[in-house]
Amino acid sequence: MALSQSEVLAGLAEIVNDETGIAADAVQLDKSFTDDLDIDSISMMTIVVNAEDKFGVKIPDEEVKNLVTVGDAVNFITNAQ
Amino acid sequence: MSQPTLNQYETVKFSRIYSLGAARGDLTVTNDDIAGPIDSSDEWIRQRTGIITRRRASKDLSLMDMAVSASNEAIQKAGIEPSEIGAVIFSTITHPYQTPSAATLLADKIGANPAPAYDISAACAGYCYGIAQADALVRSGVAKYVLVVGGEKLSDFIDPTDRTISFLLGDGAGAAIVGPSDTPGISPSVWGSDGSHWDAVGMDASLLEFRDGEHKWPTLRQEGLTVFKWAVWEMVKVAREALEVAGVKAEDLAAIVTHQANIRIIDELAKQLEVPENVVVARDIVHTGNTSAASIPLAMHALLESGEVKSGGLALEIGFGAGLAFGAQVVVLP
Repeated sequence: MALSQSEVLAGLAEIVNDETGIAADAVQLDKSFTDDLDIDSISMMTIVVNAEDKFGVKIPDEEVKNLVTVGDAVNFITNAQ
Repeated sequence: MSQPTLNQYETVKFSRIYSLGAARGDLTVTNDDIAGPIDSSDEWIRQRTGIITRRRASKDLSLMDMAVSASNEAIQKAGIEPSEIGAVIFSTITHPYQTPSAATLLADKIGANPAPAYDISAACAGYCYGIAQADALVRSGVAKYVLVVGGEKLSDFIDPTDRTISFLLGDGAGAAIVGPSDTPGISPSVWGSDGSHWDAVGMDASLLEFRDGEHKWPTLRQEGLTVFKWAVWEMVKVAREALEVAGVKAEDLAAIVTHQANIRIIDELAKQLEVPENVVVARDIVHTGNTSAASIPLAMHALLESGEVKSGGLALEIGFGAGLAFGAQVVVLP
């Protein structure tokens, strides 16, 4: 069964926490990965691969640059499920 | 009249690496030295690559000079005569002539003339490709000793304003002598390629485009994130397969010597492989930079010289890069 937006957000926050140490509750929909969370492109790719694994979706490399905010990523994953 | 029975090579059961040799560029280049043209900083480069300094060769130190130096060390440490070398395999992408090969000149310079000698172009996988071939040549009886060299003068093919790969790169050469053994010293190799990502890393133009004035001097470029993703998550599978075909587990290893591409790739690979803490993970990139085909023998040589690992231990070596090409095997450290 497809996960809800809030379930995807919680799962993504866990992945971000594991990769970067950023507190899970700081990972909110309106936060920018680079500007607010200070996540660099390599960490972002690690997060993407772990998200693909966790949510069973495919996030193409060329799509990654469009995932500016946490909300962008949550929406992409939610729709791709 | 009956037809005579042909002679064929008599096979040898096992092979091993006898020795290594290493040569690095004569210049130590700091991050501050190169940060200006890419609008970067020492901190940014360290964080993203792990590199503090990289070794590059001055104009007067050629790829061949470094290859000769590394080869002579390996030959001397192996305790063999250069004339006993039955094949010279030179893995490089920076020999500045389309032909003749670098290997024939190297063979002559080190006293291995008239050994068969040829170059291989497998970029950062090239050393592991060379070890795979040397193992096959020795065990099939074609050659008693094989010299494998991975050498690059990448600084001849970089663009100081390129933010994708140039700032990672260094110059050097690593050499290995492979020969017959009473016990297994080189596992089956897991090697291959994926040309569907041919454009992901490599030169940014052909020599024909340069000749016709359509492009500046070709230099190296990469799609960093695509390569990072492949180098970690696809190479983890290759590394696991290499361990499996070798019949060993990660905890049996003394060291993991990956191609020194980027510390983030090295660390993530080690994490994904769940390498126990007592296994040394080579991080020669910190002070050498990424030297493509040279990086694995240079890193392994450094671990042996520093005493971090001892002769006789097992090491997983895995190379990956342009092509995309990859190769891995488990070897007994010389």
